Formats: sequence, C-alpha cells, structure tokens
Amino acid sequence: MKRIISILFISLFSVWSAYSSGYNVGDKAADFKLKNIDQKFISLSNFPEAKGFVVVFTCNGCPYAQAYQDRLVEIDKKYKSKGYPVIAINPNDPSLAPADSYDKMVSVARQEGFTFPYLIDEKQEVYRSYGATKTPHVYVLQKKGADLVVQYIGTIDDNYQDATKVTTPYLANALDALIAGSIPETATTKAIGCGIKDKNKK
Amino acid sequence: MTRLMLLLIVFFVTWQTLSAQVADRKNIRVLNFDRLEPYLNLKNDTVYLVNFWATWCAPCVAELPAIKAVEKKYSDKKFKVLLVSLDMPGQLKTRLIPFVLSNKITSEVVLLDDPNQNRWIDKVDKGWSGEIPFTVIYGKDFRESYAKPFSFNTLDSIVNRKIKLP
Repeated sequence: MKRIISILFISLFSVWSAYSSGYNVGDKAADFKLKNIDQKFISLSNFPEAKGFVVVFTCNGCPYAQAYQDRLVEIDKKYKSKGYPVIAINPNDPSLAPADSYDKMVSVARQEGFTFPYLIDEKQEVYRSYGATKTPHVYVLQKKGADLVVQYIGTIDDNYQDATKVTTPYLANALDALIAGSIPETATTKAIGCGIKDKNKK
Repeated sequence: MTRLMLLLIVFFVTWQTLSAQVADRKNIRVLNFDRLEPYLNLKNDTVYLVNFWATWCAPCVAELPAIKAVEKKYSDKKFKVLLVSLDMPGQLKTRLIPFVLSNKITSEVVLLDDPNQNRWIDKVDKGWSGEIPFTVIYGKDFRESYAKPFSFNTLDSIVNRKIKLP
C-alpha cells in the first residue's frame, strides 16, 4: 500500500513538474493571439503558407536581446522564404521594465529594421505556457498536419559577443535540418539571458 | 605646524586607502569557465555563495545589498561570497569597475568571459536555463541553487541553517 501511494505521488509530481516547466522538444505548441506593433492582432494561424515558425521571446532593454537584434533580422530574411518566419514576442511587464513598453517596442522595431512581427504578451500567458524563462529564448515550431510541434528550444548561436566568431549557429542548423526533412541534431541549447519580468513570478 | 602635519597625515592615509581599493578593484579577474569551475567545487568547511549577475540586470543589482548584508553578518564565520559578473568584457573598465567602486562592493568579483554558454551552464547546474540572477550555495556536503533574487531574510535564514554554528 505504501508503495502504491509513493508511486502515485511520484507520478503526480512528475506530471506536475512537466506541466509547470512549459514545452519540451516534441510537445505540441498552442497558437496565440497577440498585439503586433501595428496594433493588429496576430496568430500563427494567419500564416497558412508557413512550414513552421521561429518563435522568439525577446525585448528592448536586455543587452543579450539587443546583441541578437541584427541576427534575428538576418534569420528572418533567410528563412521566411524557406517557410520559417520569425515571430518575436516581448514577455515582460512594462511596469517592471519600462524599457519594454509597447511604445518603445514600436520605436525599437523601426530603428532596428525588424522584418518580422513584434508582439506584446500583455497577459503574460503565452510565455508561461511555452515555459520561456529569459530573453532571448527561441522555440522552433514545425507544422505537422494541424499541429505545431516544438523541434528546437534554446539560443541563437554560441557567441553573443561577436557574430563573426560564432562556431555553431544552433538555430540556423536546426532550421536547415527541418528544411532538409530531418530533425535537429542539437535540439536544446542554453545561454545566459535576462530573466522575464513578471510580478507573479514565484 | 602640528595641525598641518596632522592634515597631511590624514590626507596621506585616506589617499593610501583609496588608491589601495582602486588598485584592488582594478584587479577584477577575467576568467573563462574552466578557470572559474574550481570555485564552484571547493571541498572544505566553508559555505560558499556563488552569484551570477551583471550590472545591467536590475533584479541582480537589487539583491546585492542583501548579499552584502548577509556577508557582513557572517564575516567571522566560514562563509564566502563570489560575485560572478556576466557583464560584457569590453565594459570591464568603463562599467563594471566603476559600479563595484561606487557601490562599495566588498565581496570578491570576477568577470566570466566565456561566450559559449551552452557548454558551461549545465556544469553550474542542470536545472539552470540561463536566466540571471542565479545563485549556488554549497558546502562540502550540500549544494543548492536559486533562480530568483534574495531578500535579506530569505538569504539570512538559508546561510544561518547551512553554517554549522559551534
């Protein structure tokens, strides 16, 4: 009896922890509807021609996010035509991070020449369901029938300081693999980033 | 004349102390992960707090006074703080050193310059996804990590519990 109870507890706990930590590679991702910098709301279902998406949680103020702004534009330019557009989402609460207000998103997108949607996660529900913890934090989704399957989670490449010194462009490699019909060799990576600003974060 | 002498002495001592501090702070070591790693795995009677932070990280900066106060409270105990800065290496002299000086940070500070972060984040803690602040508190028989900023009370109770008071 004791054993059964402990097994029950352990399985309950693992279900709970899997749930609370967001998506893993192989999970199905949920679509969302968030406001873009042109005031219009965008969902992934608005891109019927896409084969998948590069969903990236990023923001204006974080130096790591800033370091990757140009590289995200390059990724979008290269991979949008191959079926994988970039969709950027700002997950921060502007009352805690004034640099990440909607108005400043509009001006950053203009200054940096963003070629992709830059959405605000006003209710902070999308980043939580994905399990993003920091900016930048990338999720590559691939369409499989009606599903959006998570195929890569992590960072953009292995040198935030200097794009010319990158030895492994993790995100581009993952996208190349998907486009070639295989799966990413490295499906998860880690990098330093700015913690997401959320009043309700425990 | 004695007044002048006294003034001179006071001036000299202050200048000495200040320049010693500045010289000390100019020596913030810049380490790659391989050189930092031993400081995450010391095995002796001391309780170590290793905090990953940066001057541009607002929640990191906000918790520094709590860390400093706890460090001061246990200054006569076997407790040591290491602040591992993830500031951009190019900003060591323009930003990190001035910050450390103006905030009178007394803990040891090192700058971790190792951009291939995917290689080393798991070596710090498998559960760490890379957001800062991030803190490891360890001793020879325990290791705990915290992915959120500390208040003084929280940190004080953790350290108090971990330091084996005689």
